[in-house]
Amino acid sequence: MSARIGVVTFPGSQDDQDALRAVALVGAEPVALWHRDADLRQVDAVILPGGFSYGDYLRAGAIARFSPVMEAVIAGAREGLPVLGICNGFQVLCESHLLPGALIRNGGLLFINRDERLRVESTATAWTADYSVGQEIVIPIKNGEGRFTADEHTLDELEAEGRVIARYLDNPNGSARDIAGIANAAGNVVGLMPHPEHAVEELTGPYPGPATDGLPFFTSILKQLVAA
Amino acid sequence: MTTQPAQSAPQHYTVDTVENAAATPEVEQPYGALGVKPDEYDRIREILGRRPTSSELAMYSVMWSEHCSYKSSKVHLKQFGEKAPEVDFLLVGPGENAGVVDVGGDLAVTFKIESHNHPSYVEPYQGAATGVGGIVRDILTMGARPIAVMDPLRFGAADAADTHRVLPGVVRGIGGYGNSLGLPNIGGEVVFDPCYAGNPLVNALAVGVMKKSEIKLAQAHGPGNKVVLFGARTGGDGIGGASVLASATFDDGRPSKRPSVQVGDPFMEKVLIECCLEIFAEDLVVGIQDLGAAGLSCATTELAAAGMVSAGVGGMDVQLDLAPLRDATLVPEEILMSESQERMMAVVTPANVERFFALCEKWDVTATVIGTVTDTGRLRMTWHGETIVDVDPRTLAHQGPVYHRPYHRPDWQDGLQAAVPDSLSRPKTGEELRETVLRLLASPNLADKRWVVEQYDHRVRGNTVLAHGEDSGMLRLDEESNLGIALSTDGNGRYTKLDPYAGAQLALAEAYRNVAATGARPLAVTDCLNFGSPEDPEVMWQFAEATRGLADACQVLGTPVTGGNVSFYNQTNNQAIHPTPIVGVLGVIDDVTRRTRLAFEAEGDILLLLGDTRDEFGGSEWAHVVHGHLGGLPPKVDLERERLLAEVLIAGSRDGMLSAAHDLSDGGLIQAIVESALRGGHGARIVLPDELDPFVALFSESAGRAVVAVPRSEELRFTDMCRFRGLPVARIGVVDGDAVEVQGQFSIPLEELRRAHTGTFPALFG
Repeated sequence: MSARIGVVTFPGSQDDQDALRAVALVGAEPVALWHRDADLRQVDAVILPGGFSYGDYLRAGAIARFSPVMEAVIAGAREGLPVLGICNGFQVLCESHLLPGALIRNGGLLFINRDERLRVESTATAWTADYSVGQEIVIPIKNGEGRFTADEHTLDELEAEGRVIARYLDNPNGSARDIAGIANAAGNVVGLMPHPEHAVEELTGPYPGPATDGLPFFTSILKQLVAA
Repeated sequence: MTTQPAQSAPQHYTVDTVENAAATPEVEQPYGALGVKPDEYDRIREILGRRPTSSELAMYSVMWSEHCSYKSSKVHLKQFGEKAPEVDFLLVGPGENAGVVDVGGDLAVTFKIESHNHPSYVEPYQGAATGVGGIVRDILTMGARPIAVMDPLRFGAADAADTHRVLPGVVRGIGGYGNSLGLPNIGGEVVFDPCYAGNPLVNALAVGVMKKSEIKLAQAHGPGNKVVLFGARTGGDGIGGASVLASATFDDGRPSKRPSVQVGDPFMEKVLIECCLEIFAEDLVVGIQDLGAAGLSCATTELAAAGMVSAGVGGMDVQLDLAPLRDATLVPEEILMSESQERMMAVVTPANVERFFALCEKWDVTATVIGTVTDTGRLRMTWHGETIVDVDPRTLAHQGPVYHRPYHRPDWQDGLQAAVPDSLSRPKTGEELRETVLRLLASPNLADKRWVVEQYDHRVRGNTVLAHGEDSGMLRLDEESNLGIALSTDGNGRYTKLDPYAGAQLALAEAYRNVAATGARPLAVTDCLNFGSPEDPEVMWQFAEATRGLADACQVLGTPVTGGNVSFYNQTNNQAIHPTPIVGVLGVIDDVTRRTRLAFEAEGDILLLLGDTRDEFGGSEWAHVVHGHLGGLPPKVDLERERLLAEVLIAGSRDGMLSAAHDLSDGGLIQAIVESALRGGHGARIVLPDELDPFVALFSESAGRAVVAVPRSEELRFTDMCRFRGLPVARIGVVDGDAVEVQGQFSIPLEELRRAHTGTFPALFG
């Protein structure tokens, strides 16, 4: 059997098609979900894609968090539904309090689109099991508000519980403790500023490469779902 | 349905009705302040048989403006049609919102370039942002999904104070709008020259893809069909001169501080795109038009006029007070002229209206039926029951003034061409050549543009095969067949100033060469012609020469102009910019996995120089940077050579013979080699041909050339192909090491080159 992985489209979502493509590339069944629809169509996992949901005019992710689909995602996540928030999706997860902290304007105040070197810090999540701890990977970032911040206590807690899943090797935006992605305590919810769905094909991935370092995010979840 | 209730009429506004206009022929109208010439005003009165109402005058003033009517350029632009090469792939030519070409299979591609120069000088962020928004709506209007944008930019001197106001805002605006639309930005240019101070050029290209069967046209057909205005509400932005029209009747309580530059809402546009694509997919529109320059005036008249021309019968009745407003105090003249962004107009059969509105509701897009297609041959508008417009729409859209503006070759042209760069002091020793390489590499026009392009998303949609830093942008269209397209924009104002005819041809030649260098076959052209005032006969001569040159070259290369834009009046205090035609070339590639990059990726690859190198430094980057000199003639144009070079580059790519290819242009051979070395992280050892002076070999900007890297195993096959086809080829070195070494002259480590290349922009703008 395969696994059904949903990708939510909010008005203003941009990387939803890319996330759907990545899901299909690893052999899972991509399922398009609509922001107004509280029905998750029996998916086994959900991806909140990158973009500018509702224009992000108030604060990135602040409106999306109140959409009907997010009620279902929040309820599901609390019961163990695997959820990956990429970029704007990470911002939505923070606004939804499924993950701690917040993403604020980049240190240099500019939008940055660049291939970033990351170090994987935790493989104990639904989305990172196919990596190895300490593995160095290249994944693109593209955001204007990607600087992770949280109070010292929260940061210490994330570190102590092994919930930092990836760090930047060349911190591009001033993120606290070089954090690029984090997980919730149960490991089913992961938020990541870099875009693994843009590192899944030799043809279109980071140049000069490696081009497909994002694939394990998608193979990890597929294996877990198929094994379950 | 989300139809808005009719708004109440603003108080103290006296509507100028058709009846009133007929009864009061003596009323003086402020046509001059709207840019309407006395003879044009007389012609309007003649057409109507009475004075225009103030609403009609508003419409004529914008529709007959240079921007909308092309009245100064029309007589020259028609060459693009008259000299168009015979091709079988052109599905829609100039005149529609954008040209459409058949790229194979069941797919068609539409693309077009436009300018947003003046607004971007006044308000860099919004000017540039709405430039992207406008061209993307043109592409959408053809029925296509927009899939990428590109932005050729020109600014004043890089270290000028005003450039530091304009450039960062323009770049953020392009990124802010394009990124929020989810459109990859796959190329463009950033060029500096003092001539653009006060007149920056912000051109924007968009490209879209559709099924051939789904092309949409801007035509209002079928009496009884509904006219739907949808998208953003109409506001007071971009109204420009409309205020003079009714100034006597404006009451004092209304908002007065209004931006003359439109303000963009990319979220609204993104939603509008997705909404339109679902509407197109269900085939719910008879015709569609975006609201750009001249807003509702343009959309209604063009839809109605085109419908009449194609169907032989037509017309439109519009109830203008039904248009949803952001500012309820707007009066008809302002509503007609408003350039509020993110609006579209569709013609929908009564049977499809309900479904059309359901899709708008799904995307939270405001939609309102504001009119009906008729068979009266008239465009009629009412305002709270009173008729304020009653015109033949063709007189607005198609029968605007046509000027044969006088032009003559400037007296200074001979002197400029006689000021050849031969006497400029040239680097002679290895050390001097080395310093010149580093100086040019770090000069703003040749420096690494990462500071700019990292603010653009080039990845979204996941089909970007090549983008910034390559010779052309390339997109995959079909994930099954790997069919793709390539696009490049180029233009050199210095060359065009020296010789407008040759300069325009060189712009085309470079874009054509860039597309071929990545392995794609050049198909078709879009152009943005940026010039000074057409009222200056010397500028008009530049324009006449450039259009003639471009039309002639398109004929030779077999690449028709499918559409584009003219931007006049790029001048301050009688000082015009260099004439700057920007040419965009679209190419097609059957298998994008066979694309050629420009990076040196493999040690041991053989470097070959294709084409002839001559002592050509007129208008060169070297003369500009080192001597601040502009004079002489631009490089020689040889279009047959360009075609031959392209054939070889395409064949080399298709047959897997090439590891890398890079077109030679600004900065010459050494600039190309350094760029390829830095991108691939491998150095090169260069042995210059004995017969060439080292300086000329390294820095000449002779056209029709490229440098390629081929694996040793392919060298013979490739050079045989060149010789067989008659393309000059010379072995000039090998990919090797971590320095660029020119034997017997100098060696520069890659790290030193990288520092020089990448340091400039952060130092200037960081």
